Amino acid sequence: MATSIGSLRLTDEARLPQSGATIEIGGIPIFLRTDDEDFRRLIEDRYAGFVNASAEPACRLQIHLHPPVGNMPGDVRVSRSGSVWGIERGDFTAEFDAQSRRGWVRQSANPYSLDAVMRIMHSLVLAEEGGFLLHAASAVRNGRAFVFAGVSGAGKTTMSRLVPPDATLLTDEISYIRRSRNGYYAHGTPFTGELNRAGANVKAPLATLYFLEKGPDNRIVAASQSDAAHALIRNILFFAHDQDLVRRVFEGALEFVSRVPVARLVFTPDERAWELIR
Amino acid sequence: MSDKYIARSKAVAARVLGGEMMIMSAVDSRLFSLSDVATVIWEAADGRTPLSEIVTKRVCAHFDVSADVAYRDAEQLVEDLASRGILSISAQPIPEGVAEHPAAEAP
Repeated sequence: MATSIGSLRLTDEARLPQSGATIEIGGIPIFLRTDDEDFRRLIEDRYAGFVNASAEPACRLQIHLHPPVGNMPGDVRVSRSGSVWGIERGDFTAEFDAQSRRGWVRQSANPYSLDAVMRIMHSLVLAEEGGFLLHAASAVRNGRAFVFAGVSGAGKTTMSRLVPPDATLLTDEISYIRRSRNGYYAHGTPFTGELNRAGANVKAPLATLYFLEKGPDNRIVAASQSDAAHALIRNILFFAHDQDLVRRVFEGALEFVSRVPVARLVFTPDERAWELIR
Repeated sequence: MSDKYIARSKAVAARVLGGEMMIMSAVDSRLFSLSDVATVIWEAADGRTPLSEIVTKRVCAHFDVSADVAYRDAEQLVEDLASRGILSISAQPIPEGVAEHPAAEAP
């Protein structure tokens, strides 16, 4: 696997024009190289607000486009051989060498396929440093980030739609959590959910993680660290059944709940819920 | 009554959080929380100490329970943990390094 990725990269670097876009999400710039000018424009449109041509890429991905063959996405399979991750879904195949930070994707010109690859790559990179992607909406208010996690139907879209004018939406679907020396930060992402509205490309120190629960009134209910850990792990996006990665995610999640306030937010689906979020 | 030996699986990650032992299976990513008694047994599961000795010296010495009841409960518990792949059970002492869950072996 490692040999194939190396030789493919070298061949392509020699043959293909230097066309692509650097997409910086969560402060991690990934250069997406493609020799298809239409697809490059599509990338720049889709990730508008996250394009950073001057950033030095932390990772490089060569995109090989093929005609759509009507494959359904299906389940994603992520495996590792040495430092090389193999990622497969019905609509794409990819490899990524975590050591050289280079890889390739074979897919049709479908932006959803690229979204999936980007999410998986970021989740692998984040796991190494104790961060993660979370099924959660998030927003910044008064300089602090608030994250709202929950399963489908729990209220992520509702909370996002009700974001007040003095708050900035980071995402309505996939929250991006990074650990730093000073604590945790939530970053905006272009990954959208039902609201179909990209988040702002900003970050803020994470104040509280809420698990959403619709109810007859608005209130914040304390959660034990154990309950918080169970709920958090259920909502973290990680794709690989790799023992080292699972351990990292576990350690990262438990470290998170021991350092960041976590609570349940019971709310009625109207703007009054935001009165509690300050 | 034949005794049992128990050993923690290497295919798990474990950590105490808020006074509670949390264990995550690296095989299927399931997360478990152990009770106080289960934590004592889990921590003592070194593959060399018979379950009866763990029950007598670690469980009965710290919890108000008779040896018979404690051993019966402990047997049930370790069977349950073993079925979830986070503990190994054997009639013989388990040498260090063999307490892997079978499904956890490298592909």
